[in-house]
Amino acid sequence: MDYFLELFFGGLTRGSIYALIALGYTMVYGIIELINFAHGEIYMIGAFTALIVASALALTGMTGWSLLVLAALVAIVYSAAYGFTMEKVAYKPLRNAPRLSPLISAIGMSIFLQNYVLLAQTSDFLSFPSLIEEFSFMEEVTYMRSTELVIFVTTALATALLTLYIKFTKTGKAMRAVAQDKTMAMLLGINVNRVISVTFIIGSALAAVGGVLISSHIGQINFYIGFIAGIKAFTAAVLGGIGSIPGAVLGGMILGWTESFATGYVSSDYEDVFAFGLLVFILIFRPAGLLGKSTSQKV
Amino acid sequence: MAADTIKLGVAGAHSGDLASYGIPSANAAKLVVDDINAKGGILGKKVEILREDDQCKPEVAANVAAKLVADKANVVVGHICSGATKAALNSYREAKLITLSPSATNVELTKGGDYPNFFRTISPDDAQALLQVDFALNKLKVKRVAVIHDKGDYGKGLAEFAKGFFEQKGIKPVLFEGITPGAVDYSAIVMKIKASKAELVLYGGYHPEAAKIVMGMRNKKMKTLFISDDGVKDETFIKVAGKNAEGVYATGPIDTTKNPRAIAAIEQHRKVFGSDPGAFYLNAYAGTLCLLQAIEKAKSTDYAAVSKALRTNWFETPLGKISFDKNGDAKGIGFAVYQVRNGKYVEVK
Repeated sequence: MDYFLELFFGGLTRGSIYALIALGYTMVYGIIELINFAHGEIYMIGAFTALIVASALALTGMTGWSLLVLAALVAIVYSAAYGFTMEKVAYKPLRNAPRLSPLISAIGMSIFLQNYVLLAQTSDFLSFPSLIEEFSFMEEVTYMRSTELVIFVTTALATALLTLYIKFTKTGKAMRAVAQDKTMAMLLGINVNRVISVTFIIGSALAAVGGVLISSHIGQINFYIGFIAGIKAFTAAVLGGIGSIPGAVLGGMILGWTESFATGYVSSDYEDVFAFGLLVFILIFRPAGLLGKSTSQKV
Repeated sequence: MAADTIKLGVAGAHSGDLASYGIPSANAAKLVVDDINAKGGILGKKVEILREDDQCKPEVAANVAAKLVADKANVVVGHICSGATKAALNSYREAKLITLSPSATNVELTKGGDYPNFFRTISPDDAQALLQVDFALNKLKVKRVAVIHDKGDYGKGLAEFAKGFFEQKGIKPVLFEGITPGAVDYSAIVMKIKASKAELVLYGGYHPEAAKIVMGMRNKKMKTLFISDDGVKDETFIKVAGKNAEGVYATGPIDTTKNPRAIAAIEQHRKVFGSDPGAFYLNAYAGTLCLLQAIEKAKSTDYAAVSKALRTNWFETPLGKISFDKNGDAKGIGFAVYQVRNGKYVEVK
């Protein structure tokens, strides 16, 4: 039973990270129908920023939660700035271009950001300090670590806040309006450019949170971590139904659990086979993903 | 004149896209032979080099072998590539011609037992796995092992050799699995290792994944031993894994950079050819020395006498003190086991 719980919580942690990144994919897709392939790089930049800030703050003797929170805050702001700029530079000029153009622009952005970090920082793997402290009440628990608990709680909290934000705030309503019909929203006086910018900022902030948490959990980063995490998160978003916020979280969790249980009970050789096999299987029966709406409804 | 020389065949890729693997060996043979001839040769005869180019192609290598046999070579240094070496060895075996390769690593060339005339001064592909398994069973005395690899050519190859060696000793690994390099985390495989109650993890692959697995195990308060390969014997591994790296074992090449003979041999190359030597230079240098010294010790170029001399004597070479086992693999070269102690890899004696 302990083994099952370990795998369950391991999958939950992994799934939470996928979910945090998938939220950014799904929000951007929901609004401008762009698959932002550079999103994984924002996650990576968040992790790098946190590492730099944490290393600098550690020199001043700061430790514990304040260090984590400060590092994460700077990472969030910095990544959000990247997300904002990225949209302005790479996607806004192509707003009315054929759909393939922003996609290519996104791939270019991804390659650019990877190589930028490679040159500006290092190609080597770097050690990432364990910023999340062990809780004393978790000592008795063998199947879950404190970092895993923090990751899961943060994801749940972020998802809840995001859902409330989109449901009840003015900007949230504007987002939904833009997602439904950009031209109509514009005619009704909604500042579409601002709404899109806010979407990128929120998505990037969530990716940065994911970057800080998972790096602190596994203890190492390099310039390439965003690529694989991005692919997996994208898979999660598609699995759950791209464009749907609860779908992204559900997709992330299902992907995380599938991988964890496939490794635990079958073989890690087939981890990806199971994950992507499941994706194909679900898409056969629900082409729009688990919670996605069929696009034909959009006129 | 011809009857009064000892003929040393030097075969390998001297042209084509793999020439950079063969030319350093030919250079090494030339330098060794020049040295020996300057001192009066061996058994009162000068040594003469017969240099042949096989381009690392098996079909060319077979022709080269036939030519060297026809030219009455006494011993051969070569060939360079495993495939070409195998193609050439049949002719040499029939002609009872001792052949020593500085670079062919294919396991079967020696351990297959088909070529008693074949020797080499490079470790076969399975050398690290053999050393790791030997160390695990005899020094660490473990009974339950998990073999993990990264599904890559290098990592998986090594893991498969290790699994084979464990099974030969009657130990069936409790886990044999590949992981996906670069995955977000490895908690599932770490838990699987924990559940398997393995005492030792043998990992074939590179340091980023090894660091994640080791840190995952230590975070779970697992004391499982960890041994890996020269992909992990890297300073970055220690830097990334930090204090969790302590106690990790890894095999890596024996350090020859401080061997005075190696320093002298490299210096000699710089002086004569005006450049730093390339791949397998020291292996070929050592190999040529061994062959010629063996002829001197055997007091003849007779096949049986020279192969006995190669197997029974220890030779001082740039690779260290070496001899040859019954298969023809060199003893005393190759890999050693290192352990992380106080943030540094230290050789385990």
